[in-house]
Amino acid sequence: MKFSIYRYHPEQDTPPRMQDMELEDAEIRPGMMLLDALLLLKAQDETLSFRRSCGEGVCGSDGMNINGRNGLACITPLAALKTPVELRPLPGMPVIRDLIVDLEPFYQQYRAVKPYLINHDPEPEVERRQTPAQRDQLDGLYECILCACCSTACPSFWWNPDKFLGPAALLQSWRFLADSRDQATDDRLAGLQGPFRLFRCHTIMNCADVCPKGLNPTRAIGHIKKLMVTRSV
Amino acid sequence: MDIARRRFDTLIIGAGGGGLRAALQLSRAEAHVAVVSKVFPTRSHTVAAQGGVNAALANVRPDNWHWHMFDTVKGSDYLGDQDAIEYMCRAAPQAVYELEHFGVPFSRLDDGRIYQRQFGGQSMNFGGEQAARTCAAADRTGHAILQSLYQQNIRARTHFFDEYFAIDLVRDGEGYLLGALVMDIASGELLLIEAKATLLATGGAGQIFRTNTNALINTGDGMGMALRAGIPLQDMEFFQFHPTGIAGKGMLISEALRGEGGYLVNAEGERFMERYAPHARDLASRDVVSRSIAIEIKEGRGCGVHRDHVLLRVDHLGAKTVHARVPAICDMVKTFLGTDPAETPIPVAPTAHYTMGGIPTNRFGQVIAPEQHGPEEPVPGLYAAGECACVSVHGANRLGGNSLLDILVFGRAAANHIIDYLKENRYHRPFPEDGFEPGLARLARWEQRGTGESVATLRTELARTMEENCGVFRTEDILRLGVEQVCALADRLQEVRLTDHSRVFNTARIEALELENLVDVALATVASALQRTESRGAHSRIDYPQRDDVNWLKHSLYHRQTRSVDYKPVRTRPLTVDSFPPKERVY
Repeated sequence: MKFSIYRYHPEQDTPPRMQDMELEDAEIRPGMMLLDALLLLKAQDETLSFRRSCGEGVCGSDGMNINGRNGLACITPLAALKTPVELRPLPGMPVIRDLIVDLEPFYQQYRAVKPYLINHDPEPEVERRQTPAQRDQLDGLYECILCACCSTACPSFWWNPDKFLGPAALLQSWRFLADSRDQATDDRLAGLQGPFRLFRCHTIMNCADVCPKGLNPTRAIGHIKKLMVTRSV
Repeated sequence: MDIARRRFDTLIIGAGGGGLRAALQLSRAEAHVAVVSKVFPTRSHTVAAQGGVNAALANVRPDNWHWHMFDTVKGSDYLGDQDAIEYMCRAAPQAVYELEHFGVPFSRLDDGRIYQRQFGGQSMNFGGEQAARTCAAADRTGHAILQSLYQQNIRARTHFFDEYFAIDLVRDGEGYLLGALVMDIASGELLLIEAKATLLATGGAGQIFRTNTNALINTGDGMGMALRAGIPLQDMEFFQFHPTGIAGKGMLISEALRGEGGYLVNAEGERFMERYAPHARDLASRDVVSRSIAIEIKEGRGCGVHRDHVLLRVDHLGAKTVHARVPAICDMVKTFLGTDPAETPIPVAPTAHYTMGGIPTNRFGQVIAPEQHGPEEPVPGLYAAGECACVSVHGANRLGGNSLLDILVFGRAAANHIIDYLKENRYHRPFPEDGFEPGLARLARWEQRGTGESVATLRTELARTMEENCGVFRTEDILRLGVEQVCALADRLQEVRLTDHSRVFNTARIEALELENLVDVALATVASALQRTESRGAHSRIDYPQRDDVNWLKHSLYHRQTRSVDYKPVRTRPLTVDSFPPKERVY
């Protein structure tokens, strides 16, 4: 099986390059995922660099651009991929080495939405009550694994990564706005005002298209906009 | 050598649930805390915990911490320290309520309280009917907890060193911990972090086995560092094999499926757990279920062409229930097997899962290194919590739902003790100029050029050796072979060479350093297993099938320097209640 992999090593390469790599057919087992293939390729050439950890799509380490589409290597079946499999780092982020990008700008936008529960009441000695219906509002939101596949697939984020918060951060913003226990709605909405932070979303929907967890940031962004309108009238 | 230095009150190594719970407590107490993690915090392996966290909230059925304590002691096959177990079970409800206040999106009951499900080894009234003690956020409880703890640490402005790898601890001549030498993975630069107190929260070492449920990062780094710093590892022979990993692949299928009403069948379609555990059946404790599956397979009643697994069925529960209660499992099974658990049984087999042993600590999280023939002494300034530690609340077998509890309770307990320790130790101790020499030597060894074996080759061989020689069932001959083979691998490790000597994000170098930790932890595991001539909890010796409380109701301590094992007594006296004396263990 043939691969074409983006290689960049700042200590050696001036411009990045695409490198052909190959696995013997005998090495390919049925049901193999792309990450399994990458581990075999790394055994061939240990300079090939990528992040990985859980191997089952829950830690969000191995987001990359696979045949032009962002996804997690560990839950992408090899059999479904057109060859040569073209692997590139997540688009729009500074590349540190090979398939590893600097995610700090992405994390900064995540931290900027105050992604934590804010409740000013005295803490009860037991749990705060939340009905199953209220809890259901968080489904499709809390599952985000911060893999950055969505934000780095978003043209608005490519253009303004420092000003537009991006789909991942906005999904988190809505996760707390939608939480019946959170009391910082005004503060959160005020932080999203202006032409860029929220309103650069042009509902292109690449985010929902690529999310490996099946989440829909565009819809969350729509909910935020609607809430803003409701509260302003 | 000129190495950059930073100074903090406390250094935490590891940013899973244990490290983050401790960091939050310390940051809120305004202790200056640095968290070093080789991955971005939310990628830590706590994220993969599925089923839930145990606490006697009594939201679904009657419950109290004393019943939880009994179940945990019994589950540990009486090897757990009963003072620590009492402490943990008493603290459990508070630990869960705190999480709820931090924002964890727990599943809810109709009255708005936290949803609790049945898990294995749980009972009401000291061995009576099945309890429902496991608090859950669907089947993503670890993910939900890890995210919330990280988020609260952002709010508390904890200082994170993300993607920094810890090379070695630094101790002075009097044995005090002074901090650690760490490496910024992205740049390859070294950094010396000086701290008055250091907490190891580096997680388990499931990667010593080939088929495991663990993330690739679970390489026992803290255990390796402790061993090199002269600290023994406790009870390493007790490694949990989870009954239900996806056969041949290893992904974890949560106990929640059986808790919600699922059951196991063999090739004859028989619910075989009825034979092995007539009362608890599929919700017997994990060691019992794993052994039962292994026997079914060994005696030819396994399923599939190779008769190498059994089937886990939840198809009788209805698609609506299955998809609502365990959505992430359904996703994962669809991804890796292409089937829907609500329709098709899941092929499962016992799979390496959890390190019960680890760095010995007391219930305050202080690392205790006993002198060879003397009393237990805390190592000043060193703490450990979570899977890398052995406190010991899990003893010879951990109950499902107790590992998330362990990291929360003892992460917080360690932080609280550190806060007191900092009051009495106000200043950084003088740093010996040669303090980080061992760490530098460790790195320099990998700069050797030339031909040699590859890291990947050895790592694969080590994991296969451990799987073949230190699995669910063990014998003297097999274990002896295992010790020999791992020792031989330790020798060959000296001849392994890197071909990549670059600085920037050199993952090959990180994997080499991880391999050193894996080899040390594997040897500790198989050597401790060889010595223990009884069967207890997860340690099953075919040649010594009985538990032997007269000779073996004691903790193992493996020492790296001498590659030897000695022992210390189990703490059978709880804090306030009567001790639970060893009894025959039936489910």
